[in-house]
Parts: sequence; C-alpha cells; structure tokens
Amino acid sequence: MSVLVFVEGFNGEIKKSSLEAATYGYQVAQQLGTTATAVAIGEVHEDALAKLGEQGISKVLYDADSRLNNFVADAYVKVIAKAAQQENAKVLVFSNSNIGAAVGAKLAVRLNGSLATNVTTLPKTDGGFIVTRSVFSGKAFAEVNLTSDVKIIAVKKNALEIANAGSGAATVEKFSADLTDADFAAAPKETIMQDTSGGVLLTEAEIVVSGGRGLKGPENWHLVEDLAKALGAATACSKPVADLDWRPHHEHVGQTGIAVSPNLYIAIGISGAIQHLAGVNSSKVIVVINKDPEAPFFKAADYGIVGDAFDVVPKLIEAARALDK
Amino acid sequence: MKILVCISNVPDTTSKINFTGDNKSFDKNGVQFVINPWDEYALTRAIELKEAKGGTVTVLNVGEADAEPNIRKALAIGADDAIRVNADPKDAFFVAQQIAAIAKQNNYDMILMGKESIDYNGSQVHNMVGEMLGIPSIVPASKLDLVDDSTARLEREIEGGKEVVEVKLPFVASAQQPMSEPRIPNMRGIMTARTKPLQVVEPVGGEVKADYVSFSKPEKKGGVKMIDAENAGELITLLRNEAKVL
Ligand SMILES: Cc1cc2nc3c(=O)[nH]c(=O)nc-3n(C[C@H](O)[C@H](O)[C@H](O)COP(=O)(O)OP(=O)(O)OC[C@H]3O[C@@H](n4cnc5c(N)ncnc54)[C@H](O)[C@@H]3O)c2cc1C
Ligand SMILES: Nc1ncnc2c1ncn2[C@@H]1O[C@H](COP(=O)(O)O)[C@@H](O)[C@H]1O
Repeated sequence: MSVLVFVEGFNGEIKKSSLEAATYGYQVAQQLGTTATAVAIGEVHEDALAKLGEQGISKVLYDADSRLNNFVADAYVKVIAKAAQQENAKVLVFSNSNIGAAVGAKLAVRLNGSLATNVTTLPKTDGGFIVTRSVFSGKAFAEVNLTSDVKIIAVKKNALEIANAGSGAATVEKFSADLTDADFAAAPKETIMQDTSGGVLLTEAEIVVSGGRGLKGPENWHLVEDLAKALGAATACSKPVADLDWRPHHEHVGQTGIAVSPNLYIAIGISGAIQHLAGVNSSKVIVVINKDPEAPFFKAADYGIVGDAFDVVPKLIEAARALDK
Repeated sequence: MKILVCISNVPDTTSKINFTGDNKSFDKNGVQFVINPWDEYALTRAIELKEAKGGTVTVLNVGEADAEPNIRKALAIGADDAIRVNADPKDAFFVAQQIAAIAKQNNYDMILMGKESIDYNGSQVHNMVGEMLGIPSIVPASKLDLVDDSTARLEREIEGGKEVVEVKLPFVASAQQPMSEPRIPNMRGIMTARTKPLQVVEPVGGEVKADYVSFSKPEKKGGVKMIDAENAGELITLLRNEAKVL
C-alpha cells in the first residue's frame, strides 16, 4: 500500500501547486505508515523530479512520452491508473487544477474510488477517512468521509505550506503505459499559451493584483501591471472588466470566473460584490483600494486605503520598487 | 442534433450560507434557488446550436420536486423537454450515475454541463459521466462549435492558456464564459414552458462514496486596518513586516 501523487510541470519545472500536493501526499503517507510515490507526465526536467525528495517523495515514475506534453485526459488517466495499480496505491493526491480535478474524477470512476476536490486539510483517519473541503464558493467548509477503499484527493491551491522533509533526492524511474491512438482521440489540435504577465500564472500566483471598473478603462491598466510587476504578482480583474473587453476573460476572478487563493490579493477599484468575493475570499491577506469608504470590499479586507486609485497606486508602485528583494 | 443539458439547482449567488441540525445540513430557509450560473452558458449554447442546425434540447436535473421551477425556467429559455431524476443529489458519483443511465437510454449527440456547481464546487460530474460512458469530456470549455455533422471544435481552458480540441460526437463538455450569453425567458417562452413535457423518473443504484458529515463556516476576519492615502507607501512596509506576505 502506498500514496501516489500526480505532479504537473510548467515550463519544465514542477508547479507550486504540485509541490503542495507532494507535501500533502507525504504527510498522508506518514499518517498511514507508508511511503509516497509521485507520477509525472510530459515535459518535466528530471532534476526537478529528483528534487521532490525534499517534499518527502521517495520515488518518481516518469512517463516522458512526448505525445503527453499536452493534456489528454484519457491518456493521462491510463498512465496514472497503471502507476496506481503497480504501487498498490490506496490514496491518490492531485492538485485542484483543471488537469488534476479532471483526471481525479475519471480515476474515481475507473478505480471505483471516493473523490474529494478542493480539499483544505489532511485526513482524520480515526474511524473513517474524513477530509475538509471548501464549499459554497469559500463561504463554508464541509467534512466529507471518503468511504471507498481507494481515496482520491484534489488539494486546494495554497491550502498548505510546502514542507521540506529533507530526505534527499527521489529516485526517478522511467515509466510508460501502453498507450494507443484511441487514447489520443481528444488530443488538442493546438495549444495557445497566454502572455502571462511576467511569467506568473494567475492560478499559481502567491500575489495577485486585480483591477475593477473603478480604473475607468483599459488604457489605465498600466497601474495594475506595473504594481504586479514590482511585486512579482499575476494580474486579474472583475467580471464587468472582462465583459467590457478591457481585459481577457481568463483574468476574470469570482464566482463565475477563476477562484484564486493567493497569500496576498490587492483589489483596486473593485466594489467587492458578493460574487467577486466568492472567488477571492480564501486569499490569506486582502488589500482594498477604493475611493468610496462605504465600498463593501472593506468588510472583507485586512488592509484598506480610501483614496483615488490614480493617486494611490503610483505611490504603491514606487514603494514596491524600492523594496530590496 | 440531440443535446442533453444537465442543470443543477443551487442557492442564488447572493445567498447567506447557514446550516441546521447540528451543522449537518444546509439551511434552505429563505434561500432563493437558481439554475447554476455555469449551466446557463451550456443551456444557451445548446439552444443556439439547435436554432442553427435543428434538433432538440433536453434538460436533466437530478433533484427533488423543489427543483421544478428552475427546470421550467430552462424550458422557458428554450429547451424542448425535461427529465427530473427524483432523488436527493447526494454526491457527485451518484449524480453522474443517474446522468449516465439516462444518456445510455437516449442517443444524445452531446451532453453539456456547467464548469462546476456553485454549491458544492465539485467540478466532478462531467468528467465522471464522460468516463462512465466512455466518451471524451472537454472540461472546462469556453467555446463550442460544430465543424460538421459528426465533429465539434472546442476550446478548453488550461492553466496559462487554452487548447483547441476537435472531437467526434458524442462527447461531454462543460461550459464557462464566454461560450454564450445567457438569455432571460420571454413571455411566450414562459407560457409554452408550462405545456412542455417534464418527465420524472426514479434513480438507479444508490451508492454514495463521499459522505457529507458536517459543515462549518470560516473564521471571521479580524477587521480592516486603514492606511492614510497620503502615506500609501506605508502599506508596502506593513505587508512586508507585519503581514509578512512580501
Ligand atoms: C450570477 C452572477 C455572477 C457574477 N459573477 C461575478 C464574478 O465571477 N466576478 C465578479 O467580479 N463579478 C461577478 N458578478 C458581478 C458582480 O455582482 C459585480 O457587478 C461586479 O463584481 C462589480 O465589478 P466592479 O467592482 O469592478 O465594478 P463596480 O461595481 O462598478 O465598482 C467599481 C468600484 O470602483 C470604485 N472606484 C471608482 N473610481 C475609483 C477610483 N478612481 N479610485 C478607486 N476606486 C474607484 C467605486 O467606488 C466602486 O466601488 C456576478 C454577478 C452575477 C449576478
Ligand atoms: N443534481 C444535478 N443534476 C443535474 N446536473 C448536475 C447536478 N449536479 C451537477 N450537475 C452538472 O454537473 C456540473 C458539474 O457539477 P459539480 O461536479 O457538482 O461541480 C454542473 O455544472 C451541472 O451541469
């Protein structure tokens, strides 16, 4: 019996969210008195895989088949299912990314397992296998007992600290499943990567700078971008900003957009409507800049500045640039 | 073109979330239920495709009788008929089993859903249904077009970009913006919806694999610390030294 963690790469490195999943997997393995193995697919540097030892992973199964460089659900599922079988894995851990959640759901059917996505805690294993998951768009938590023999967990991003278990390098073993053309029937024709402002992915970012309708128009977005750049942050926006085409839709956060949970969320000229809060309320620290002292967002904030964004943000950019990194 | 659209019945986005009975169940008291917002994108796109190519749009809900007003609303928006599987939607696996069972009895060309339901935020049902039926599931899709009678072209959001995927029918896809612009039912739609068929069927199986034990609410924030706009730069210092996030 072991714990299997699926890790995802981005530009050859392992995503932060996958390091969190690896940490989670190792901690569950410790609880259950077993070891944690990782499975990696596609383009990931082998030394990055070996470094998973730092999170406590003892072995990495690596399928470098170049057909897997793009996400193909059926093929990924086959590789991970085979790894799970080989390792006799009873707990499978993913990050709650689009890929992790999709593959997890399919594996739950294939392996006849119990699945919980958006998980925020390690399991309670006395008398069951109970995890906490974030529900109602961050407005509540639910405790769920995973009753099947196989348990599949997708860990909410930024829900736990990446641990340095410090147990040396993980061994990396070549791995492959017998993939056929049928597994690639829904393979993407084309992948279009976004210009991720300074290389920071919104869903992985530790800091997010977000702008709302209070910024008046797309021509003023340099304020958001410059502050983001100075802080090494990703940029985001409210829904009307995307609806007005000031910014692309993949930047829209909230109930009907992307949910983010960074360490720091800075909202500029956003009123703080309940649907917006639903996508950002699990951020650890929230800063609100709004000229209206009555803006509802201040109620959800840790720090606030009442003022005109056009005066305040340049001061922040200056102060941020002056920080020694 | 026969399209199945799965809709879930969820608390309105502005709802206050409370629990009853020792925090064991969601308190529906005073809560307004709506069609899951993501599912509206799927529904509208299905209706647009029907308008362009002909065919039918069936809506499916796994839920109890109190979901019927929203099922009727989907009919008023333009679906042709509806099926309600008469059961408490206990967990994603159970719901997926019901949808797969209905899909097996009818040859749908595509099964459209929302990206996730805004109550339990599972984002599971679509991929489970795809796996149960052995057909591709494209999740989450921001664009859906037909290339010809047997092929669809979709855009799927991935972290950091999007993928263009072409699949043979049938398939499962889940919708997100900007797939379509949700519609508001008009008077004629509301009138005709009353007479459109709504079939109620009993559930199959009963296996629940994720058992919800209890609920809780996040701790309240400690209150906001205000910084004078004149000394806005002070914020950066506080974020580094006090909040320790820089
Ligand atoms: C079903 C549903 C789903 C939704 N989903 C989402 C979602 O996912 N995400 C989302 O964001 N919204 C969502 N909304 C919309 C939401 O209700 C709000 O309308 C939206 O968040 C408001 O965006 P905003 O704060 O940018 O704009 P506004 O509400 O117009 O607020 C602008 C703010 O900027 C401030 N301001 C103006 N000028 C300045 C200045 N010079 N300096 C500083 N501050 C200034 C104003 O005081 C105001 O508070 C949804 C709505 C519905 C009904
Ligand atoms: N009870 C239900 N009845 C019908 N469809 C549902 C139900 N629950 C979820 N779905 C569909 O599955 C999608 C994903 O839901 P979920 O996995 O719960 O996040 C939703 O957007 C709906 O399209």
